[in-house]
Amino acid sequence: MSKAKDALMDPLFNNNPIALQILGICSALAVTNKMSTALTMSIAVILVIACSNAAVSAIRNHIPNSVRIIVQMTIIATLVIIVDQMLKAYAYEMSKQLSVYVGLIITNCIVMGRAEAYAMKNPVYESLMDGIGNGLGYSLILLMVGFVRELFGSGSFFGLTILNPVNNGGWYVTNGLMLLAPSAFFLIGFIIWALRTWKPELQE
Amino acid sequence: MAHYFTIFFDSVFVDNIALTFFLGMCTFIAVSKKVDTAIMLGIAVVAVELITVPVNNVLYNVLLKEGALAWAGFPDLDLSFLGLITYIGVIAAIVQILEMVLDKYFPPLYNALGIFLPLITVNCAILGASLFMVERDYNFAESTVYGIGVGVGFGVAIALLAGIREKLVYSDIPKGLQGVGMTFIVVGLMAMSFQAFSGLQF
Repeated sequence: MSKAKDALMDPLFNNNPIALQILGICSALAVTNKMSTALTMSIAVILVIACSNAAVSAIRNHIPNSVRIIVQMTIIATLVIIVDQMLKAYAYEMSKQLSVYVGLIITNCIVMGRAEAYAMKNPVYESLMDGIGNGLGYSLILLMVGFVRELFGSGSFFGLTILNPVNNGGWYVTNGLMLLAPSAFFLIGFIIWALRTWKPELQE
Repeated sequence: MAHYFTIFFDSVFVDNIALTFFLGMCTFIAVSKKVDTAIMLGIAVVAVELITVPVNNVLYNVLLKEGALAWAGFPDLDLSFLGLITYIGVIAAIVQILEMVLDKYFPPLYNALGIFLPLITVNCAILGASLFMVERDYNFAESTVYGIGVGVGFGVAIALLAGIREKLVYSDIPKGLQGVGMTFIVVGLMAMSFQAFSGLQF
């Protein structure tokens, strides 16, 4: 039981996939200019990574070593297609906003990396927990960046106005930089800095 | 001609795949410690993009698009939901073939690119380029130009970043920010400067 708990909790801070393993930043950053897109993306990634870890782990003793990458890739691609079709069916507007980034979960290194590094060696339950843990670690950073970018970029939170912007008759001058690509890099850089100052043993 | 030049220029500078769309970031950060290796990776990406984007374009237009199978007697069939799995399969297969061809006919190039080729299969920049090609509805010629442009854009960005990181070794950075943290901030500054290109109109 404690191993499963470790697998769930460890990726949140001690071994965060984005801030420490530098995996899966690719598709993550472009969807963080609003909380709603960041949250949808997080849920999609948690679903895919948990199911793929469980599936790979369930058949891990039957996969020949030489074709394992292709088998993992097929499982992941199937799950991503399911998520993509679900979004198109039930949340069409959202899937338009996320554009190609849902499809890019396939090449998200976290999913592939956890299947290869953890699910191939561990039983189903632990692998499921590891998948959820890594998905949550990813979501944590995504939501932190999304929160800052939406709050300072458009003065709102999940679309609700918090800081009333000037062009709406309010007082807050929106920071346009926060809505552009570079701000996401700065924020992640600062998050890594803060995390490594908090836990000095993680420094390079 | 001007139309193709615009596509090329846009994909290299204005819509740079690494710095505006955040694709291929894992490789972008991991393989940018030395200029030589960065340039090698850039060349490998150009080669793979040049083949995969047009091939995926043909597959999409001939097999997957709604009504594309009319020649086989299925005018209403829409297989575009199979796109993702098709593209990633094509990319994995082409990288494998390219590796074997290079190994057989150009051993020096194969040895130089060696470790980077398998890495490229899971590089989001490659799959991303194919997905953008479908989203923007490019035809065959446009998608070829777009493929080269995306590859060159990635190569230019990673070579520049590697140049900056080689110099960064000599600077005095706070402990917690050293390494990856600083790299992110440098990439952010580069992305800002690349946004200046969006003012160019043709």
